[in-house]
Amino acid sequence: MSELRFEEVSVRYGTRRRGHTVVDGVNLTVASGTVVGLVGESGSGKSTLARAAVGLIPLSGGQILLDGRPLPKRTPLQMVFQDPYSSLDPRMTVGASIAEALPRGAFARNAIAAEVTRLLELVDLAADRAGLYPAALSGGQRQRVALARALAGRPAVLIADEITSALDVSIQGTVLNLVRQVQARMRLTMLFISHDLAVVRYVSDTVAVMQGGHIVECGPADDILSNPQHPYTRQLLAAARSGQR
Amino acid sequence: MSRVFRSPVGVSAAALLAAVLLLAVFAPVLWADRAATIDTTQILQGQSAQHWAGTDSLGRDIFFRVLVATRLSVQLAIMATAVGVLIGLLLGAAPLLIGARAGRWVTAAVNIAVAFPGLLLALFFAVIFGVGMRGAVLAIGFAVAPSFARLTHTLVSTVADRDYVHAARIAGVGRLRVLARHVLPNVGEPLVVNATVAAGGALLAFAGLSFLGLGVQAPQYDWGRLLGEGLNGIYVHPLAALAPGIAVVVAGLAFSLFGEAAARAIGLRTVLSREPAATSQPEPAQPMSAADVVLAVERLRISFGPVSPVRDVGFTVGRGESVGIVGESGSGKSLTALAIAQLIEEPGRVSADRIEFLGQDLRSAKEHRRLLGLSLAMVFQDPMTSLNPTHRVGRQLAEVAEQHQGLGRAQALARAVDRLRAVHLTEPERRARQYPHELSGGMRQRAMIGMGLMGSPALIIADEPTTALDVTVQAQVLALLQEIRASDGVALMLISHDISVVRQVCDRVLVMYAGRIVEDLRTADLAAARHPYTRALLAAVPDLDTDRGKPLTVIPGRAADPAQLPPGCAFAPRCPLADSACVASDPPLAVDPGGHRVACWHADREVSR
Repeated sequence: MSELRFEEVSVRYGTRRRGHTVVDGVNLTVASGTVVGLVGESGSGKSTLARAAVGLIPLSGGQILLDGRPLPKRTPLQMVFQDPYSSLDPRMTVGASIAEALPRGAFARNAIAAEVTRLLELVDLAADRAGLYPAALSGGQRQRVALARALAGRPAVLIADEITSALDVSIQGTVLNLVRQVQARMRLTMLFISHDLAVVRYVSDTVAVMQGGHIVECGPADDILSNPQHPYTRQLLAAARSGQR
Repeated sequence: MSRVFRSPVGVSAAALLAAVLLLAVFAPVLWADRAATIDTTQILQGQSAQHWAGTDSLGRDIFFRVLVATRLSVQLAIMATAVGVLIGLLLGAAPLLIGARAGRWVTAAVNIAVAFPGLLLALFFAVIFGVGMRGAVLAIGFAVAPSFARLTHTLVSTVADRDYVHAARIAGVGRLRVLARHVLPNVGEPLVVNATVAAGGALLAFAGLSFLGLGVQAPQYDWGRLLGEGLNGIYVHPLAALAPGIAVVVAGLAFSLFGEAAARAIGLRTVLSREPAATSQPEPAQPMSAADVVLAVERLRISFGPVSPVRDVGFTVGRGESVGIVGESGSGKSLTALAIAQLIEEPGRVSADRIEFLGQDLRSAKEHRRLLGLSLAMVFQDPMTSLNPTHRVGRQLAEVAEQHQGLGRAQALARAVDRLRAVHLTEPERRARQYPHELSGGMRQRAMIGMGLMGSPALIIADEPTTALDVTVQAQVLALLQEIRASDGVALMLISHDISVVRQVCDRVLVMYAGRIVEDLRTADLAAARHPYTRALLAAVPDLDTDRGKPLTVIPGRAADPAQLPPGCAFAPRCPLADSACVASDPPLAVDPGGHRVACWHADREVSR
């Protein structure tokens, strides 16, 4: 596993003259084998940062380093997306979707099925699900398949972007437990993004708070919760506290 | 595709197309000789028993020539369509294949090309490629391409933004492979349909080119050439021109109609489910003195065909009371709200023993628009879609007062500004003049609530009012709802999947599962919830004090499907307490002396772990 570092990363949409900066000079380190939770509201730039890391959006400034080196063209990062209903190709079986993400040439043709089975079992799905189409699966099961597909690529770093916000509350717990269990077992380096402070706190070692394209506060999860420094962090905490009595 | 055959047009189009294609395959095999036989004694004859459509200038039978020409005509049309579709696909998918920046130029070129009529393009290309079959195929293909490229571009760009395409790109799948494997299969149906329609058009276009002498050259012949030859003598024997003309029309119609029928069948795809849901016992509504009741519902049932996503729901809402409905997606909570507001549309059916709002029976056919318009306010999840984007915010609010209260334009607008002030929008005069997109999500939701306050509501139904909002804004909107309730004695029905939202605002919680109320309790009693589902819901959501060392409590299995409900308790398959009694029969919603209602055979039993 490896360390992911964002150095002065900026992302700008639109042209030079007309356009706006969505991510502005972000510095963030995801240490090897740890989970960094990125919390913020819609429009804060957290998802843009994730998409920039996996190369879906070009940077307009700064750099993203993996173990101190620039990211190679074929990205060693993998991502799990928010919407389990649009993240799997409806015309492809679950097994085919996962097999596609396996590193090319790493498995002999006859070894692929075994590897797919192994990955499915890793995310608590029975091996016979490989032949099903996504339509036959529930949202939670789809999200597990998406996780298995991300793990198939042997990622150096896994990025999870709001992976539970489209799920029902009773399913959310299952997926969160799974993510934590897999992370602990494989010592994954992970960037976990959510708007829900309680969820981020439950999963992460380090919490980074993002607002308006900037990271306004970052530190160990317990410190951030017990002793928030930035007023925005306090506001988020107050909002999260008001829901529980 | 089987849906194509459900409509009469689809059946006849399919039969016609099959006939044309069969003719194309077999006619030359069977009748090529008869069509080629030259009989100099029978030159330019009219219709006769021997020659059904007469003979041409060399005495050949026109009827058989038309039949034999089917193959070449159809073949050329299909080839031209194939050329057009292939070029169209490549051009349309260009942004995906060569990157967004270069793709933009291609798209611009396609957009210009679309502006020229197809036949004009075909003539233009026919001159470039030269007279002859190959030239004509290319010309028509190129003429078909732009509109097909535009269609492909539109379809592809919606699919290319899906996360599975992103995921494949992250996994290092090449661009051509992404196109072939993920994009095209998902846009295939409309493309195939349009290609079929285009083939009909190409058939006509080809006949046109051949007719003009730009297409098929002698000695080969297609319908267009036969038409051209026949036209010379149309006053002498009209059938020589009419026969190939009819063939062109029939074949063209066959392709086009089949394409249209297929398109309609694809558009109509809906899920029809079966299996009627089991009926269960009526649920006793809570006793309450009639004067204090704003809303009383008994045995509410909503059905879509044989499926009933809401079954025997009963509850009352008192004056100034706030009641939350909690449930997961598919539990029927939003449908319940829509039924109260009389917003369930065909094919949905609502039945109930009682739906009384402010003492008026909403089940009768009487006009309730005025009562509902003035006394019931609805707030939906997405304020962007519930406000009309083309009208100023103030006007939209004023409309309510003009419609239901008979206020004049200026008066209504003044009230709108006043209401916007009441929901704490800053600078209400300016906001009233703005359009919905100029407001933030939180402001729009405030404006929606303001719209509900234009009358003097007795009940506000808010369906997931804060789900689309950020957490800090959510707290403000909830506080606003709370304030309105407290100051004006308005009752509130808050529907949410998030029990913590309901907890902040409501006095009482109705927990719904699979279309039934499974528990009805005071918010303060949530810690002592009696139904295993309620308890599991509470435990499944992490809060800021959840022990990070332990896994979260989970509810195994998946939510009940209203189309396939078990005969017993719908929660039984996921319930740790379930036994044979639960599987056999659905527990009634029983009320205890404290007014706490619960539907469970094993209420209060501890889950052993």
